[in-house]
Amino acid sequence: MVVDGLTVRYDDLVAVDDVSFTAAAGEITAVLGPNGAGKTSTIEVCEGYRRASAGAVRVLGLDPASQQAQLSERMGVMLQEGGVYPSARVGETVRHYCDLYGRGADPAALVELVGLGARATAAWRRLSGGERQRLSLALALAARPDVAFLDEPTSGVDVHGRDAIRSIVTDLAKQQGCAVVLATHELDEAERIADRVVIFDGGQVIADGTLAELRSGHDEIRFRSSDDLDVLAMASAIGIVVSRVGAGEYVVDAPPHPKLMASLAGWLGEHGHPLHDVRAGAQRLEDVFRRLTGGPES
Amino acid sequence: MSRLAAQIRTEVRLVSRNGEQLLLTLGIPVLLLVFFSLVDVLPTGTDDPVDFLAPGVLALAVMSTAMVSLGIGTGFERTYHVLKRLGATPLGRGRLIAAKIVGVVVVELVQFAVLIPVAYALGWDPSSPNWFAAVAAVVLGTVAFAGLGLTLAGRLRGEINLAAQNGLYLVLLLLGGMVIPFTKLPAGLRVVARALPSGALADVLREALTGLGDRPVSSWATLACWAVAMPLLARRLFRFD
Repeated sequence: MVVDGLTVRYDDLVAVDDVSFTAAAGEITAVLGPNGAGKTSTIEVCEGYRRASAGAVRVLGLDPASQQAQLSERMGVMLQEGGVYPSARVGETVRHYCDLYGRGADPAALVELVGLGARATAAWRRLSGGERQRLSLALALAARPDVAFLDEPTSGVDVHGRDAIRSIVTDLAKQQGCAVVLATHELDEAERIADRVVIFDGGQVIADGTLAELRSGHDEIRFRSSDDLDVLAMASAIGIVVSRVGAGEYVVDAPPHPKLMASLAGWLGEHGHPLHDVRAGAQRLEDVFRRLTGGPES
Repeated sequence: MSRLAAQIRTEVRLVSRNGEQLLLTLGIPVLLLVFFSLVDVLPTGTDDPVDFLAPGVLALAVMSTAMVSLGIGTGFERTYHVLKRLGATPLGRGRLIAAKIVGVVVVELVQFAVLIPVAYALGWDPSSPNWFAAVAAVVLGTVAFAGLGLTLAGRLRGEINLAAQNGLYLVLLLLGGMVIPFTKLPAGLRVVARALPSGALADVLREALTGLGDRPVSSWATLACWAVAMPLLARRLFRFD
């Protein structure tokens, strides 16, 4: 999938401003960004729901605006919410979508795959939030898609359900070669399964790369200690700025060199402070995101 | 199974599962027909009330299904993003509309299969009914009411659409010559009533089935105008999301 110079305007509002990125087959591309950053408008253009004001989009080599009919045969879509008749039952809904796509997906197997086998006769309105997400994922899989747009796929899903959905999405990309585009606010999710991350802010792409690329040059040492640590004195002693980022939680913005680690631990020991939960290395995606979008790092 | 057949199966299944819509499309017309045929309190102007009521209730059945049932159902499909989700499948807009039309026709056939025998059982005895004209009237009425229902469903939020469709149903029922003759309405209101699609449909059906129409020629013209105008308006105003 190629997005090249995409612009979307709503009257005077420029929701997406000259955005370009790609999403490859066999990879999971996470699209991140604060609310109103332009990611939904971008994805809706890629799905064929919305027209671009300028720029070009090609999905599976097709123009979503003029070739949406051909594209829809090979495209799986998972909406953030809804999308199902409230009185429709799980099994019959999945069968309905398998028939609409006509790509040979087995409805019963899909229901089992997403963990709804025991709820196959339940109506959509009787499902929990997590079960609705599982059903929505099954409808996307009914397409046996070559490209899939998944909007917040684990929203409202419990821990075990999240693991199951992430496993299914990973298989979709790695085993079936599907280009998966994952829109999410769950940075942890992107960190766990995405091959590539595209970060939107203010209608523009402000970062685009693999997780390693985005974290590059932003190593840190993170640890917990006493609430009343004198960060200025410690910084003066070890020669690196130390920041308090939470109650008893501190970050040293530097690569975890052994000598630095030793002097940090030594200073804490000399001053009678404990050292817990040491984590050293690449910055978390959450902090990369905050750094890039202007929010305070945690 | 073909895509169209799959969508028709779902449309018909969901309508048959919706108790409120079954009450609206079948329960209320049967109740009105039976009650006011047996309890002669309406100023129908006929010897037997069922002679006036039967064509009017058939018109009511068309309005219930093509406007209210279709409109409310479609409105909630918009609210629940069902239409948006279907828009990302290979179903296509044409097959979706075709499936909805078939769903409406199936329900109307069930309505007529119940209402007409009930009317005959109540003593309805239409003199040389013109069934061809009646079917033509039902087709025009279905198109007009479907356009009206979808116009509201395509612009209003789910709950507001629900209230608007039910309110409009009541107004069109009372002013539409279905159970109360035009001649019993105040003069000013009568002009409005004759211009309504419900009034026009009831009048042409009454003329086709019993020869008791009020102003059939102008009613045919009125109904045809609604049947052309409302789908065009729906096409212009309807939003899938």
